[in-house]
Amino acid sequence: MMRFEALRHDKRAAIAATVLIGILLAVAPFLIGSAAGSTWLRIVDFALLYIMLALGLNIVVGFAGLLDMGYIAFYAVGAYMYALLASPQFGLHLPMWAILPAGAAVAGIFGVLLGAPTLRLRGDYLAIVTLGFGEIIRIFLNNLNAPVNITNGPQGISGIDPIRIGGVSLSKPIDLFGFTLPSLHAYYYLFLALALAIVFVTIRLENSRIGRAWVAIREDEIAAKACGINTRNIKLLAFAMGASFGGVAGGLFAGFQAFVSPESFSLMESVMVLCMVVLGGMGNIPGVILGGILLTILPELFRHGAGPVQQAVFGKILLDPEALRMLLFGLALIVVMLYRPAGLWPSTRRRREFKGGAA
Amino acid sequence: MDIFIQQIINGLVLGSIYALVALGYTMVYGIMGLINFAHGEVVMIGAMVALTVINLLLGSGLPGVVMALIGLAAAVPVCMATGFAIERIAYRPLRNAPKLAPLITAIGVSIVLQNVAMLVWGRNYHAFPPILPSVDFEVFEATITGVQVAIIAIAALMMIGLTLLVQRTRLGRAMRATAENPSIAQLMGVDTNRIISLTFVIGSSLAAVAGFMVSANYSIAHYYMGFILGLKAFTAAVLGGIGNLAGAMLGGILLGLIESLGAGYIGDLTGGFLGSHYQDVFAFFVLILVLVFRPSGLVGEKVAERA
Repeated sequence: MMRFEALRHDKRAAIAATVLIGILLAVAPFLIGSAAGSTWLRIVDFALLYIMLALGLNIVVGFAGLLDMGYIAFYAVGAYMYALLASPQFGLHLPMWAILPAGAAVAGIFGVLLGAPTLRLRGDYLAIVTLGFGEIIRIFLNNLNAPVNITNGPQGISGIDPIRIGGVSLSKPIDLFGFTLPSLHAYYYLFLALALAIVFVTIRLENSRIGRAWVAIREDEIAAKACGINTRNIKLLAFAMGASFGGVAGGLFAGFQAFVSPESFSLMESVMVLCMVVLGGMGNIPGVILGGILLTILPELFRHGAGPVQQAVFGKILLDPEALRMLLFGLALIVVMLYRPAGLWPSTRRRREFKGGAA
Repeated sequence: MDIFIQQIINGLVLGSIYALVALGYTMVYGIMGLINFAHGEVVMIGAMVALTVINLLLGSGLPGVVMALIGLAAAVPVCMATGFAIERIAYRPLRNAPKLAPLITAIGVSIVLQNVAMLVWGRNYHAFPPILPSVDFEVFEATITGVQVAIIAIAALMMIGLTLLVQRTRLGRAMRATAENPSIAQLMGVDTNRIISLTFVIGSSLAAVAGFMVSANYSIAHYYMGFILGLKAFTAAVLGGIGNLAGAMLGGILLGLIESLGAGYIGDLTGGFLGSHYQDVFAFFVLILVLVFRPSGLVGEKVAERA
């Protein structure tokens, strides 16, 4: 990405680019909303949530090199935190500002709980344990409706409070000086702000002492230890940080959907987020963002395209659109990885390694 | 006591199936260091093909056991071909790629196979026709069906056969050499590409048999059945020590026993707080516990810290 390197030296161009991207991001919901309708704006809102998730998982998988296949559990923890503390389930209605940090903290604690017993495991052993952990959380959410009803079981929790900012609910159109801001747009700005905050934090982390320690562990744990890195604490920190981002995204998800159920936190979701990270370009923040956007939008494109295109070409629907959509998605995963094994937008370091032949 | 014996029998049957599938995972892992995420789908395809052939033969008047054997005989080559194709398309081009790349293509293959199956066989559950003779045996006041006896026997035979193949034949020696060090094996004249292909083919034939067994035992097959089965079998392979054949067998049987005993007794153990729907939690919990104390599985060799 030489052009981006150039931006780093040319201050004026950098400012211009930033302003341009800023304006684009600011008007995007209006463009998308009027051009493609509210369905697509909703999908974009989800894409932002997935970007947060992918960036969180990127810390664990991309930076620290710990293969986590149960990441969605932290999303679930965040979502259920919000759902339990702001819904008729227990009659609690705490504000978002109390729940989101709490959700992040609890998810972080769960991250450490997962990380602590698995410190000695590497590679694929870690993958299966994290996967099992994710399933355990989901099964508990699914069954904790008896003997004491906590999570309401498979029915999930509905009627969750919408996110309120300064007493203004984001679920209804907002009146701003005579100008109405629809709910989806409001959520877009909130999610964008938090996604940008997470991007900022991860960029700062990447170049920090901690970030370099993560990369060192990824590259060679023994060498990292020999260099005086406390690998135990640094690995736990990676789990906790990644998990807390997932917790925040989960809380937002619950408020946005007004409904959570264990179904949203299946293993397939973990796999999806992992695909975003790896397909986008592990360890590279712009790549991971790209992966998050693509893998949210692509299945939806197929969903909306699979039926009508068949109708237009064959005059009738020959193949089940739902199956066809996932089929195309699977093929896309394979093709992209075959042609770009290091991801769509790999970090400079990984690209160099890859060219050098080191796997 | 009879419940205990019954759960042991159920566990052994389930465990034999897990063990067969786990062998497929562990063979591929042993040779390539890769989780073949699509292996569960191969099991599903085996079950579906066998079922389709059996349903076609239903009116033919052949004895039930013969129909079942023809179904199985049809499923094995289809699965072998699938396994071969998976390796060629999704894994071979990525032999030297970063480690997670083949994992993603494996997930892609898994999604593709699942949805192809859904297009071919639909979303419905398919019932296994009652063609197999239903003989029940009494063992210590518990019952074991003829099908279950056959499953345990066939699985045991296949495991013995595989062990002999790997330990006693030229092909087996080539496989072990490739697992040890592919490039040195190649220098010694082993056609490693062929060995890797064969590993996938052998693993897939075990998967076909396992798929057939699952659908015969539970009288049902479904396009989605491969996923959870593959997950359990992979867990079993890791429990035993992935890459190790004996480990996969042990892990499979053990996981089957843990699951069925867990399902039977978890309520008593926790004073009724957790019911039998926590059986998966139990299985994963045992897995985590085992790995905490033996990070490379029950019989896995201690992997040398890579310098």
